[in-house]
Amino acid sequence: MLEVRDVTKSFSGLVAVDGLSFDLAAGQIMGLIGPNGSGKTTVMNLLSGELKANTGQIHLGNREISKLPAHAIARQGLARTFQIVRILPAMTVLENVAVGGVFGHARYWGPGLETRALEMLARVGIRHLSQTPATALTYIDQKRMELARALISDPEVLLLDEWLAGLNPTELTDGISLIGELRTEGRTIIIVEHVMDAIRSLCDHCVVMNSGRKIAEGAPAVVLSDRAVISAYLGDDDA
Amino acid sequence: MSGTDKRNFALAAMALAMAALLPLFDTGYWLALGVSLAMYGVLATSWAMFSGPTHYISLATAAFFGTGMYIVGGGVEILPFPVLVVIAAVAGAALAVLVGLTTMRISGVYFVIFTLGLAELIRQVVTWVQTTMGSSSGLYVLTEITESMIYWQLLLLLAVVYLVGWRINRSRLGLALRVIGNDETVAAHVGINTAKAKVILFVISGTVASVTGALLAPRWTYVEPTIAFSPMISFQVVIMALLGGVHRLWGPLCGVIPFMLLWDLISAQFPNQTTLLLGVAFLLIVYLIPNGVVGLIESRLKRRSSGNG
Amino acid sequence: MDILIGGILLGGTYVLMALGLQLQYGVARIMNLANGEILVAGAFGAFWFYSGFQANPFLALIVIVPLAFILNWGIYRYLLSPLVRRAKSRGQLEVDSILATFGLSFIFVGLMLAVFGGEYFSYGYLERAVIVLEQPYGLNRIAAFCASAALCIALVLWLNHTRSGLALRAVAVNPTAASLVAIKVARTSALAFAIGGAVTASGGALLSMFLTFDASIGVIFTLKALIIVILGGVGEIRGTIVAAFMLGLAETAVASLIDPGLTLAAAYLLFIVILLVRPQGLFGSRS
Repeated sequence: MLEVRDVTKSFSGLVAVDGLSFDLAAGQIMGLIGPNGSGKTTVMNLLSGELKANTGQIHLGNREISKLPAHAIARQGLARTFQIVRILPAMTVLENVAVGGVFGHARYWGPGLETRALEMLARVGIRHLSQTPATALTYIDQKRMELARALISDPEVLLLDEWLAGLNPTELTDGISLIGELRTEGRTIIIVEHVMDAIRSLCDHCVVMNSGRKIAEGAPAVVLSDRAVISAYLGDDDA
Repeated sequence: MSGTDKRNFALAAMALAMAALLPLFDTGYWLALGVSLAMYGVLATSWAMFSGPTHYISLATAAFFGTGMYIVGGGVEILPFPVLVVIAAVAGAALAVLVGLTTMRISGVYFVIFTLGLAELIRQVVTWVQTTMGSSSGLYVLTEITESMIYWQLLLLLAVVYLVGWRINRSRLGLALRVIGNDETVAAHVGINTAKAKVILFVISGTVASVTGALLAPRWTYVEPTIAFSPMISFQVVIMALLGGVHRLWGPLCGVIPFMLLWDLISAQFPNQTTLLLGVAFLLIVYLIPNGVVGLIESRLKRRSSGNG
Repeated sequence: MDILIGGILLGGTYVLMALGLQLQYGVARIMNLANGEILVAGAFGAFWFYSGFQANPFLALIVIVPLAFILNWGIYRYLLSPLVRRAKSRGQLEVDSILATFGLSFIFVGLMLAVFGGEYFSYGYLERAVIVLEQPYGLNRIAAFCASAALCIALVLWLNHTRSGLALRAVAVNPTAASLVAIKVARTSALAFAIGGAVTASGGALLSMFLTFDASIGVIFTLKALIIVILGGVGEIRGTIVAAFMLGLAETAVASLIDPGLTLAAAYLLFIVILLVRPQGLFGSRS
């Protein structure tokens, strides 16, 4: 479904992503993990077209998307949430979700759009808030709304950038089960996450990054006990 | 079309019909004022259609306006007037596409300067071409077109602008612009081609300004670069639109009417202090009525309804 | 050759006004569209001193600089910082500050028109020709250039070698991080804005020695200063200096080779090319 080949991105000399390659099969949930500053968010931005890679290719299905602008990638079927939640402050919750279904991969307009947006709000559990101004939502509900905005376009690949960060323990359980449901729907997802419980329970596959490079790849249980991974997180002395 | 839409349409048509009767009563001062009102009504409304949702402050109105005026001035002896208006529309659109494609990626401040300089650039080039090629720096526009006809044409243009604006607000394009105004990054990531949406709106507003200039050319029998490309036009359009409020289609008109009436009075009283007064008006609007007259009315209404309920 | 020297002399005086705007925009993050009017006010100040007291423009600087400092500090403190506090987003602040400083620029133009009238002004100070490489140049141009260079060097030294200069540079790079290391961002911004205004006004005083000006010419200088700042890169002092010379050269070349009426068109063309090719400026790094 998604194929990343030798992608490199540097910012005025600093190499943030260095020759990264990985594959993501349809229906898989992949965890992209690594210590802070290892380049995970840069990878997300490269995938969604917010940034352009210096070298390397990214394919979605059989189309190359690494040269496309962000809006064209969204139309190809890649949707995302943001590390720091981004709402449309002057719009209602319903409108916030609806805009995801107008210009993206799946396209709705007219009465069909509202029905579909309400469905998505129900899907993430905030249907009762549809007429609320987006700014009035709690943090978790804003995150839910953002997820609904991504889901409404029926994306081929969904990117969740630290979607669980900043949630309290109850909210975290809710959040993990919500992503778990998406998994049973057969969605293809990449999650960037620091919550290791979530990685263990949700992911089929993990890519671990450190200083822009892939240092390990495989099933979560295997990867998380890898010596290189442990030393990347905790430092060499502890290994 | 919903019930309120029908009601609004009927109201708008009635207002337009009443406005169209003006030349039957007076062809002197009031008609002249009516032409100015219609002209700035068109310019401010079309300006706000672009600048309202995108927050890009365009000072290019004078550039487009002057271009339209000069096309009529230059061609009035060769081609019939309606053809020239069409040419002005095409030229305005082409210029807007060029400017839009080069500037829509840059940030707001640069855009302001870019558009301000554009009028100045075209003015310098036109002056230079005229003085090196020909004799004088101006052009004579002698036509049979009366001020009443100019007025009716402008009213018609205003109606067209309102229809287009109304259509856009109900279209995907209108929604796209609202999203862009809220958060451009989100806009791109939900699949909106942000540059294209902005360029389309900029082209619409540039075309309208160019046509307005073309329609007004016969009003002055002698067209000069300093009149046609006067930066004052751009500034006044901005201030009137902001005074009225840019987040509603009918907002700018609520700014144009009081501003023009007041401005006429004040500038007659203090003809040498117009620049100073314009500056004061800018500051008053920014500090006291940042959302315009319409914003004031809406918040007043909201307060009343919440007070009752 | 005379284009080269003429361009350098002109560019040297542009440096000051551009550095003034650079300080205001780079540090205080307010695009001051009244910058050109501050410059013209400086020019009028020098003119007034010269015609009223026969004082030479360099002495006038002693009065103009502190006055401009106080005026600009007041503008930032009482007009612009309320906008900074009110703004919900950066975009909102940008729109508000553009409109407010536009309003200010009109008010300044109006006041100067009221006081001095709408005529063109110039005065003859040091109007002697000096021969440089077999070409005559006005001594006033050369004196203005030297004074401008001295002020520039003083400013750069101050920025690079004093604590307050360091604070200014820190705020320019990152206001949030600067506040974390106990730099008072609001005060530093006000200081930068005031110094920027004073630098611009002194640039105006020096320009008035050889340039004819009127009350409404300010906007042209705002445009030029902006073009220089963008050309050199926002926050780049070195870039600003180089860009000022480039603009001076380009204008002089167009004026003497094609037509003096097209200097602004030339500057503007330069601006477009930069926006298209290198929007971050010659010395700026891509963010």
